[in-house]
Amino acid sequence: MTTALVPRIPAPGSAPGPGAVGRPARRRRAARPGALGAASGLGLGVALLWFSLLVLVPLAMVVATAGSEGWSGFAGTLTSSQTLSAVELTVAQAVMVTLLNVVVGTAIAWVLVRDRFWGRRVLDVVIDIPFALPTIVAGLVLLALYGPDGPLGVDVANTRAAVFLALAFVTLPFVVRTVQPVLEELDADVEEAAASLGAGRLTVFRRIVLPALVPAITAGAALSFARGISEYGSLVLLSGNLPNRTEVASVRVLTFIENGDTTSAAAVATLLLLVALAVIVLLDVLQRRVARRG
Amino acid sequence: MSIKRTTQWQVWVAGSLVGAMALAGCGGSSDASSTGADTVNLVGFSILEQANKQVIADFGRTAAGKGVGFTTSYGASGDQSRAVEGGLDADVVHFSLEPDVQRLVDSKQVRPDWDATADKGIVTQSVVVLVVRKGNPKHITSWDDLVKPGVKVITPNPASSGSAKWNVLAAYGHVIADGGTPAQATAYLKRFFGNVAALPGSGRDATTAFESGNGDVLLSYENEAILARQNGAEFDYVVPDQDLLVQNPAAVTTDAGPAAKRFLSFLTGTKAQTDYAREGFRPLRSGIKVGVKGANDPGNPFPVPSKLLTIDKDFGGWDKADSKFFDDSTGIVTKIQAETGKQ
Repeated sequence: MTTALVPRIPAPGSAPGPGAVGRPARRRRAARPGALGAASGLGLGVALLWFSLLVLVPLAMVVATAGSEGWSGFAGTLTSSQTLSAVELTVAQAVMVTLLNVVVGTAIAWVLVRDRFWGRRVLDVVIDIPFALPTIVAGLVLLALYGPDGPLGVDVANTRAAVFLALAFVTLPFVVRTVQPVLEELDADVEEAAASLGAGRLTVFRRIVLPALVPAITAGAALSFARGISEYGSLVLLSGNLPNRTEVASVRVLTFIENGDTTSAAAVATLLLLVALAVIVLLDVLQRRVARRG
Repeated sequence: MSIKRTTQWQVWVAGSLVGAMALAGCGGSSDASSTGADTVNLVGFSILEQANKQVIADFGRTAAGKGVGFTTSYGASGDQSRAVEGGLDADVVHFSLEPDVQRLVDSKQVRPDWDATADKGIVTQSVVVLVVRKGNPKHITSWDDLVKPGVKVITPNPASSGSAKWNVLAAYGHVIADGGTPAQATAYLKRFFGNVAALPGSGRDATTAFESGNGDVLLSYENEAILARQNGAEFDYVVPDQDLLVQNPAAVTTDAGPAAKRFLSFLTGTKAQTDYAREGFRPLRSGIKVGVKGANDPGNPFPVPSKLLTIDKDFGGWDKADSKFFDDSTGIVTKIQAETGKQ
């Protein structure tokens, strides 16, 4: 795997790490620069067209709508304390849930790949349920379980914990599903080699396994965060939508739309887009740092 | 191998979900046997769905309605109104409150004189009620009981659910009805929102939250409470002494055919009003006597409150009420809501 195509040259002095683990990003890009075959040209065209129709144009429209009343209208919406409080709550809960997912999701992926136990296959399939369930159904289930009449005796209805719980539920699969395939491909030989050379289990995990998983974990974290800040259906029944307490950004957006104020709705949406972009960039930087250290 | 398995499973689920949604989208369409000539596209707010089945069937038995086919669409009133504005085919629209029709007047899809009828464009009506737990353990009998310490109130959010505005105006209006000043009414509303435990996005969400054990009192409409009890819901409801008449308007759109116009006038007639009354709506005219299953007293289902406010007489119409109470920045309710929850 340590082929001549890999553009990244190991820093002098650093031990030549096992190629399979290094997983340098964008390995293929260096191949035959500039020469685009007919098939790949078509592929690129279709991809760009599809991406534009589904992503770029709608996003551009959101941003354009947000700016239609100028900077003061945009700033005016976002500095209202009720909106600001909703955005703060949403981002804070999404960050916390993402951190939780990074730890728990990686652990679940590890268990699913490395451990053999009864019911593993079932668990493997059930992980995806939060993806498949319509979010409002998820909300109903959560309300029935963790509401005032819940059989577990846990009542988080109309509190901030309800927001956290709903987000944790719907974003659970992201990190699991991004880490799992990478873990499956990971060669156990390398870990065994490291162990035979005297590395402790923690060192093996930290120096061998984790660097290989970091790109997958950050990808899952980005998905999880992005989904978290935009979530509506699953938390709207349980959280109570109380202004300044449990009201999330998507509920603010809905309120603006209900009152015919699409500019303000788009302004909040644009802010969320910017936050998501910032977090995704941050995660990417983080991932490169960690990968380089590995 | 397990990855492949999962993928297939996901595809299967995704496929069936899309199928289910497509089915749901078509739900309720073509109630009558369409002979092709006349089809009425009826767009209404959610709660009408059950009542309208009977109304449409009865319309089909009249000379005016013979052979008329129906396509129906139900949903949150504001969503439905925006959908029609955005191009959803509609011949007859029936909304929870007048501003949703006004939106279509502004977009020139409904004639400005739509409300120049004997009933001022109103087709169904109800009153705001206080829904309480079975046996009324907190002894809620009046508006004043809602602001007592420890009482948890659930109401749909007036900011996101247009129809919830009726509830809040009723709460405000009861103070005025008792001879209070606007300042006293505003003060009441502040205490009221202090006791609000949840503000679900829609009336349906609010009922779901209440049925899941949330809160002590749910603000709802009499017809919704009656319908829920007909369907087996285990709760009681109280018609407060001072109340607001909830008036749901209906109109034909500018491109509606004659069948749609005949249907609209059928809706205010005795037959349709009796059908609506059976489902818990207060008849537009006295003289319609009908037993209503699910009402507190099925023999006398619609007790008249001692003071009954109306939006036109006591609030100066929706136009005024909307800007006074619900304006984005200056509305009385908007401001109170922005203040609540702050430490």
